[in-house]
Amino acid sequence: MTTRVLPAIDRDNQAYWTSGREGMLAIHRCAACAYYVHPPVPFCPRCESRDVAPHAVSGRGRVVTFTVNHKAWVPGLPVPYVLALVAIDEQDDVRIPCNIVDCSPDEVAFDMAVEVVFEQAEDLWVPLFRPVQS
Amino acid sequence: MSRFAEKDTAITGVGMSEVSRGASKSALALTVDAALEAIADAGLTRADIDGIATWPGEKADGSGFSPVGCAALQDALRLEVGWYGGGGEAPGQYGAVFNAIGAIAAGLCRNVLIFRTMYEATARKTAYANSLLREGQRQAGPFSWYAPYYTYAAALQQALFFNLYVHKSGITPEQVGQIAVNQRRNAALNPKAIYKTPITLDDYLASPLIATPLRIYDCDVPIDGAAAIIVSRMDVARDLPNPPIRIEAIGSSMRYRNSWTQLDALDTQAQPKVAEMMWGRTDLKPADVDIAQLYDGFSFHTINWLENFGFCERYGAKDFIEGGRRIALDGDLPVNTGGGAMSGGRLHAYGAVHEACTQLWGRAGARQVKGDPRVCATSTSGGPLAGAMLLVRD
Repeated sequence: MTTRVLPAIDRDNQAYWTSGREGMLAIHRCAACAYYVHPPVPFCPRCESRDVAPHAVSGRGRVVTFTVNHKAWVPGLPVPYVLALVAIDEQDDVRIPCNIVDCSPDEVAFDMAVEVVFEQAEDLWVPLFRPVQS
Repeated sequence: MSRFAEKDTAITGVGMSEVSRGASKSALALTVDAALEAIADAGLTRADIDGIATWPGEKADGSGFSPVGCAALQDALRLEVGWYGGGGEAPGQYGAVFNAIGAIAAGLCRNVLIFRTMYEATARKTAYANSLLREGQRQAGPFSWYAPYYTYAAALQQALFFNLYVHKSGITPEQVGQIAVNQRRNAALNPKAIYKTPITLDDYLASPLIATPLRIYDCDVPIDGAAAIIVSRMDVARDLPNPPIRIEAIGSSMRYRNSWTQLDALDTQAQPKVAEMMWGRTDLKPADVDIAQLYDGFSFHTINWLENFGFCERYGAKDFIEGGRRIALDGDLPVNTGGGAMSGGRLHAYGAVHEACTQLWGRAGARQVKGDPRVCATSTSGGPLAGAMLLVRD
């Protein structure tokens, strides 16, 4: 596949894009009220705590919505591929953009159960999701 | 002064440059053409223009998305202004109009020149790839969350929202296609439209898939061109030659999460609360609307707005547009009467305002809607961005 364009890393998003090195998906979570805050910011909009830090989640979720891309936007881009928003099992309003991999685009469905896998790219580990295996 | 400042303003003139898939002149020259036409149409001279606004401001990135900003146009026309402003952090493309209304209400200016310039056709023929992403360059900001996933165009983000809408509403491709077919039919009567050859529903269904559910005919067409409008203080507008087109109500709110990934209402996007705000600032009702110029960056935006403005019920747009009669030029609610951005060209919501005024002033020639239309609903949108205006000619 064509090279992925990677995110610029800052203090807030570093854990999200690197925790895959340990096989974990890290989402910021409020230590006071357990609310997941995403995109990551060290403030809890629910209880106003500043004690919010990366927390390993199960890596399981559901496909909230998806699209099957058919257009080759750049030369050499293999199509079709699936872009999706996945909600994590821990909190349905945390949505993660991703590609759905390890299955045919035809198999992707709304509410499909998926689990995270990581693909290393330079110094980052990009979260992707695949249908739950077991 | 009214409780709602927009009621003390009106559109008094409009202008549009040549619109093409490859311009005969520079982006600034196109902007000057549109601006001078709008100023003259309003019965004003350059000396009367004391405010300038645009969205999203100058972007010198080679993309052609917004190659001309306030400063360049002000200096080209040597305008002396009491206020100016251009920038992208606003409730969509009409943010420039909303800012102008505020500036007029604050007593900073009386006649604001508002413009939008696109040079995307030329940009895509030359240096700029048809892509939001630059390989080898790390992406910062809100778009960084999408960047690693081959999200090369806004079409993919929007397709995520639209596919959920299809899933929830059960709308069929045959129903969606009515938007493209209707607008191409209208464009055939618009001398400035890019695509004038009629298409059939079969043509629509045979057109290439971009990203499900979007087909090529669901997308607007990149162009080179500029549109301009003059928004004047109402007492000034009353003395000008054109019947004032009053800005009866605006919707500019953002009451959802301001995010392209975490937006609460994915399938309706940001529109419902914006429409609610607009209707809360007027006694008029959806049934009072004669014509609608609804944002059509993609056909689904138009479909969404039909519901969110209240022209039909939630998930009822599929029945409203079935067969295409209701939205045709001679239908109950003529929609995107000049062909919209999909067939007319992507002037990014300012083509829609221009067409609204053209219809309300009875200047639309072969595509003029019968029955002397007086009330037009118009809108912009895209993910967390949305804005709406209700325009009325007395």
